[in-house]
Amino acid sequence: MADTAKLQVSDEVAISIQQMNKWYGTFHVLRDIDLTVYQGERIVICGPSGSGKSTLIRCINALEEHQKGSIEVDGTLLSSDLKNIDKIRSEVGMCFQHFNLFPHLSILDNLTLAPIWVRKTPKKEAEEVAMHYLEKVKIPDQADKFPGQLSGGQQQRVAIARSLCMKPRIMLFDEPTSALDPEMIKEVLDTMIELAEEGMTMLCVTHEMGFARQVANRVIFMDEGQIVEQNEPEAFFNNPQSPRTQLFLSQILGH
Amino acid sequence: MSDTHPHTVAFVRETSIPQSSPPTSAAGPVKWMRDNLFATIPNGILTLLAIYVVYLVLSSTLPWIFNGVWDAKNLAECREILQGTSGACFAVLVERWPQLLFGFKYPATEYWRPVLAFVIMLVAIAPVLFFDLPRKLLIVTILFPFVAYWLIWGGTIWIPIFALLGFMAGYVAYSRFVTKSFALGFFGGIGGAVVVWIISGSIVPMLAPEQPYLEAVPSRDLGGYMLNMMLGITCVSLSIPLGIALALGRQSSMPLIKWICVVFIELIRGVPLITLLFVASVMLSYFFPPEQTVDLFIRVVIMITIFSAAYIAEVVRGGLAALPKGQYEAADSLGLDYSQAMRLIILPQALKISIPGIVNIAVGLFKDTTLVSVISMFDIIGMIRGPILASTDWNGVYWELLGFACLVFFVVCYSISQYSQWLERRLATDHR
Repeated sequence: MADTAKLQVSDEVAISIQQMNKWYGTFHVLRDIDLTVYQGERIVICGPSGSGKSTLIRCINALEEHQKGSIEVDGTLLSSDLKNIDKIRSEVGMCFQHFNLFPHLSILDNLTLAPIWVRKTPKKEAEEVAMHYLEKVKIPDQADKFPGQLSGGQQQRVAIARSLCMKPRIMLFDEPTSALDPEMIKEVLDTMIELAEEGMTMLCVTHEMGFARQVANRVIFMDEGQIVEQNEPEAFFNNPQSPRTQLFLSQILGH
Repeated sequence: MSDTHPHTVAFVRETSIPQSSPPTSAAGPVKWMRDNLFATIPNGILTLLAIYVVYLVLSSTLPWIFNGVWDAKNLAECREILQGTSGACFAVLVERWPQLLFGFKYPATEYWRPVLAFVIMLVAIAPVLFFDLPRKLLIVTILFPFVAYWLIWGGTIWIPIFALLGFMAGYVAYSRFVTKSFALGFFGGIGGAVVVWIISGSIVPMLAPEQPYLEAVPSRDLGGYMLNMMLGITCVSLSIPLGIALALGRQSSMPLIKWICVVFIELIRGVPLITLLFVASVMLSYFFPPEQTVDLFIRVVIMITIFSAAYIAEVVRGGLAALPKGQYEAADSLGLDYSQAMRLIILPQALKISIPGIVNIAVGLFKDTTLVSVISMFDIIGMIRGPILASTDWNGVYWELLGFACLVFFVVCYSISQYSQWLERRLATDHR
């Protein structure tokens, strides 16, 4: 395992997970997860399906609750206290595999909803911010449409913009391109790359290994609920340490 | 052709031939009839049979309707005018019109009051039904229950005023405390309202004038279609919010709230409405001290409301279950709290899915208001079965009276159904 200290991009800890365990009923999904994410890091989490990678990032904004250990996000301890949970959720943006846009609201309303109701931003200002981010994801002309009228790639870009409107310090991506047609994957990845270049702290569960090579400063490999290996991308892909990682990489890069 | 020179071509047509219509066998009414009415021989036989049945029905009812007598004092006079020919005796509707609409005890000089209340009601429900209308109209909606109460029941004006003040106090207390916590705001609001109502309970008798501006009409004097409308509108508008609350409660992660809602819904759904109405009319008074009774109208409203709320709760639960889990997660991940997520994300979508079911129950509820006739309230059916058919003048005029009752219910129920279809189209934003 590589010396994580040299991967550090800053000293400021964004997420600190210690000895975190999670069970679904009696099924042990996550075992003794230790992970420290520094501000500005771009982390790609990969692993076979069922390895708990989605569950891990869903624990970070309390969509799933963990039963043991601690998670601290931006200095706020994640506990059953609803105030803390809401605070963390408004600081942490999340993009889902199936976009989860609100189909009954226009694109603009999708973007302004949380700033208006959670941040209490005035409507006008929220709309300006929303248009700014829509321009950033290159679909300002779709502002008045409804999610059902957009293509998958456009919807995912709207979903990213929706999270950005809350000015999050951390972004979580849960397989953002897995539900997309190949030609739409690129437009979403481009948006994410742009975001990474601006220094956003990102945790991304994805099977896009090209993205991992290009953007990530750390790749984490998970299997059976454990972090098996983590390293910077070059070392991770060229010189995997554990046999499990080698097998996984040979399968995923082989085809 | 483009490079052919004009003068080398023998003939070039300079005008286009006018379009001719397709043969009559391939378009127009003939084709439509051939496609839809006489496609095959069995199909044609069925069409002819159906036309014959329609003819049979209309040939007996239309003369009966158009030959109807509108001006007679009683059934005997009606028959005299008809002289054995087939014809309806609509005179009963004319003669008993006020009774059919307002019941037989409502003071005749005060009929303008329910009529005025009805007109105000149209204005009051408009902004609720059609949300493109200016939101300022909602003030009428908020004030309507109090105005309508005063108009229909009359008596001292202080009762509705203090009732309104109680709600306002409750709202002020709620908005004061809700910033701290929702539970505090909720109970603070209820507490504020109750305090005002208790205080006003002792003030109102002192303020009540000897001769109120509007003559007081007790609940037992209400009747006719007015009673059906009053029960229907009150119960629908109360049971929808209650049903939504029950549906949310049933999904709650707090076990106590969840089980209270489950038991309530299952108990009420497992009991016939007519039983609940008998409970309201007879047994509920056992639960109150003898000197203090709750008005029969209110007891009936409570029973019909909880009955249909239990059904609406299940319909809304279906809508909530139909939403993908991702919608809840997206709302959560943006930091919306429970009430915001429900109000802005979950309920708008769940209720949209539930519209047909809710309308189904609302229509059923409205028709079920006629059941109050069995606990001796004189709604339109009670009036027909009781005072009108029992009178010597009109004993035996069944078709006209019950047909009229059907018609007035059909008009309202069909309007509700048409409105709901419009609403569904209006709200269809997801797959345009």
